[in-house]
Amino acid sequence: MQKLRRTMLYVPGNNPGMIRDAHIYGADSIMIDLEDSVSLYEKDAARLLVYQALKTFDFGGTEVLVRVNPLNTPYGRDDFEAIVRAKPTAIRLPKTETADDVIEADELITEIEQKIGMEHGTIKLFAAVESGKGALNAAQIAVASKRLIGIAIGAEDFVTDLKTTRSPEGIELLTARSLILFAARAAGIAAVDTVYSDVNNEEGFASEVELIKQLGFDGKSIINPRQIEIVNRIYTPTEAEIQKSKRIIEASLEAEAKGSGVISLDGKMIDRPIVERACRILDLAEAAKINVE
Amino acid sequence: MIIQQAGMAGTLESSDITISIEPNGTKGIEIELKSTVENQFGNQIRKVILETLQGMGIEHAYVRANDKGALDCAIKARVMTAVSRVVEGDCRPWEAE
Repeated sequence: MQKLRRTMLYVPGNNPGMIRDAHIYGADSIMIDLEDSVSLYEKDAARLLVYQALKTFDFGGTEVLVRVNPLNTPYGRDDFEAIVRAKPTAIRLPKTETADDVIEADELITEIEQKIGMEHGTIKLFAAVESGKGALNAAQIAVASKRLIGIAIGAEDFVTDLKTTRSPEGIELLTARSLILFAARAAGIAAVDTVYSDVNNEEGFASEVELIKQLGFDGKSIINPRQIEIVNRIYTPTEAEIQKSKRIIEASLEAEAKGSGVISLDGKMIDRPIVERACRILDLAEAAKINVE
Repeated sequence: MIIQQAGMAGTLESSDITISIEPNGTKGIEIELKSTVENQFGNQIRKVILETLQGMGIEHAYVRANDKGALDCAIKARVMTAVSRVVEGDCRPWEAE
């Protein structure tokens, strides 16, 4: 089963209690932050805290990413030096604008991995696009490194760069979301949508999750554990979808056993993409702990 | 490494600890601890502070610690940060470990 990233929960990097508890709420991934949620005066403290925490805590099956500061800031290089050693699944690169940003990060990780005797490629990368330039370069960014497992959009910086604001409908993000999604699909990596900042507006949040699911995103960055259940509910297939998917998979296996290239169900031909969609529906159902046997 | 000035790290949030560190002449390492869990974990907190300082090559320091239920890794991180803020030159504890 492909790794599901329906929810990627932000965790402030200078708060020991939140880091310790982050994985218990059931998010698919947690993203511990050294960047925007840490003041300039606490960058050193957060870096060391996250380093120690990752070496100590068992986060169970939850994927752990760490958002570092950009390499063109005074904090970026030290963040990489500490965090690679602490061995999260991936380092999330903020404000990625070009393929060179990814290549520079890849080379630095390679250098550190070599220095400490870590196997090459252990630490993955996740790029966040947060500007018009980054969105236009998304296709190159997505294929810039074999370490890259996903690409995300960061909307707050993005709308500022575009000289606009966020609307409930998200029209200002549509082109960027599409560019990032196409780039991710072309590269075979995950696409994760931006955060929805108004935690108390559950209706607005749900509406945005419906939109990004329909667009094709793997999931959404979230800022509060209360948002997990809403995303999971929207991403959980219906009973009818599950039953239909099971029948499609069964028909596919039957055709395969017969050596037939043609799959049919209820008199209709089933194409390969339909089988792929059925597999994803069953993956999502399993992730929601629905028995699909 | 020698502590030449006072510095601190940490917060008063739950699960955190503040560590203030000062020069202490040649009197070794002295720790003044206030903790919400002193009866159960006071000795362990002192031990983590002491071992972290020793691991960083600190022989003399006066430490004031105000603990709000921090786990060992948070105590260690705050001690490392406080030291790195007051010693001269580059201090990259992750490289030393």
